[in-house]
Amino acid sequence: MTATTPVIEMSDVNKWFGDFHVLKDISLSVSTGERIVICGPSGSGKSTVVRCINGLEHHQQGKIVVDGTELTNKRQSLAKIRAEVGMVFQQFNLFPHLSVLQNLTLGPIKSRGLSKADAEARAMEYLERVHIPEQADKRPGQLSGGQQQRVAIARSLCMEPKIMLFDEPTSALDPEMIAEVLEVMLELADEGMTMIVVTHEMGFARKAADLMVFMDEGRIVETGKPDVFFDAPKTERCTQFLEQILHH
Amino acid sequence: MIALSTRFKWLAMCLLLPLLVSGCGNSNLKWYVVSPLTENGRINLKFLIAGTWNTLSMSFLALLISIVVGLLIAIPGIAKNRGARKANMFYVEIFRSIPLLPLILWVYYGLPEIAGIQLDYFWAGVLALAISDSAFEAEIFRAGIQSIPRGQSEAASTVGLNYYQNMRYVVLPQAIKRILPALGNQFAYMVKMSALVSVIGLQELTRRANELIVTEYRALEIYTILIVEYLIIILIIGQGVRWLERKMGSDESGNANQ
Ligand SMILES: Nc1ncnc2c1ncn2[C@@H]1O[C@H](COP(=O)(O)OP(=O)(O)OP(=O)(O)O)[C@@H](O)[C@H]1O
Ligand SMILES: [Mg+2]
Repeated sequence: MTATTPVIEMSDVNKWFGDFHVLKDISLSVSTGERIVICGPSGSGKSTVVRCINGLEHHQQGKIVVDGTELTNKRQSLAKIRAEVGMVFQQFNLFPHLSVLQNLTLGPIKSRGLSKADAEARAMEYLERVHIPEQADKRPGQLSGGQQQRVAIARSLCMEPKIMLFDEPTSALDPEMIAEVLEVMLELADEGMTMIVVTHEMGFARKAADLMVFMDEGRIVETGKPDVFFDAPKTERCTQFLEQILHH
Repeated sequence: MIALSTRFKWLAMCLLLPLLVSGCGNSNLKWYVVSPLTENGRINLKFLIAGTWNTLSMSFLALLISIVVGLLIAIPGIAKNRGARKANMFYVEIFRSIPLLPLILWVYYGLPEIAGIQLDYFWAGVLALAISDSAFEAEIFRAGIQSIPRGQSEAASTVGLNYYQNMRYVVLPQAIKRILPALGNQFAYMVKMSALVSVIGLQELTRRANELIVTEYRALEIYTILIVEYLIIILIIGQGVRWLERKMGSDESGNANQ
């Protein structure tokens, strides 16, 4: 499927934390079904970009349109956009006092108005998709990091979003657990999910990305198709950065 | 009746302790005024213990009210809006500065004059205790809510929960578990402070002890019993809170459907 309607459109977005200019003239257009991988050094503003897209942070200048709705500080626009955008955090952020199943059904029941039975059926379906249906009755604290992150992915999917945002989903994981999470993400990519992924897992990027985005000091410094991006980066900064992460 | 008398024996054993401390041979002590072994002693003990209900129900009601009010006051304390935070600070600073005894007197004798509301002893006590405690509860809740990582609220909002739902289903259940020991402390504190309501005439534990002393002239013995009464109540509350903590604690790591 080669849809070309932009589902996310960021134009000249600027953001400050106090005096600190964290995002500088960010423009990015994401089509339906497109997979974008964002990389860049620590502090370059990757998380902030992703968090602006679902309104966890507010931008001060420029325009962000998600699925036809412009992101403003108004509550309705926020609620509408959050309903379309799922998010997976580095630290999982599962609800520790609820079972895995309850983690997955809370949103669908309370905000989508699903019945408990429907929500649980849907939750089990997505737990199968992330290969851990047998963990449904456990608490997050009883699971390994990789399992927790897969539950977090399933929790987002239960809201049936059009877009999934991932902010360094494997950075808090032990090496042996990274693969199981990336595998789930690759499957999701194969199914045509629109994804924006902040990650330094370049193996995943090569396989899944339609477009690579390199950020530095609050700017998008370079974008490109993965093969070109990795083999012949245009800018000095990007070349250095790729060398660092590929040879550490 | 048998259960009752064993309880009295237990109380009597508690009395041995101060007896030993104050010197066994001290012939000035007249324990018989509160001895479960004499007719008069039993009547006196019953009279004293009958204050338990007022002490407990007053403290418990005050606790419930102060928890609700405290929570409502805590919410603006964590708001982004500076005015809301100021209002929270204002309430907390004012009400935790007012000493409880004058507040009780003010509610009982002052409210009828300025508002035309004459509360009875009991409700005047409940109101004064609740107001005074709500400032502390507000601080406890604010600290508890702020101790929950921001990622929890962020995750809640990404699965579509609004502010109220986030509080109700995600933040508060976790916060309450953390502040349970502090809430238990407040309850114990409340039970002790409720003794002050005796000044306006409510027949709770302390008032009854005072009244008995007027007829029996045995302050040391009767106040000893009084202290033991508070001690027992607060020990029981402490155990109850521990039990709750354990129950909620095992909830975290244990299976959900256990
Ligand atoms: N709430 C905040 N208040 C002030 N400064 C912030 C805030 N959040 C982030 N920053 C700063 O903004 C800059 C960009 O942060 P951001 O988290 O977007 O970077 P990042 O590219 O995701 O980095 P990392 O790879 O370490 O996650 C950093 O310098 C950070 O210190
Ligand atoms: Mg980041």
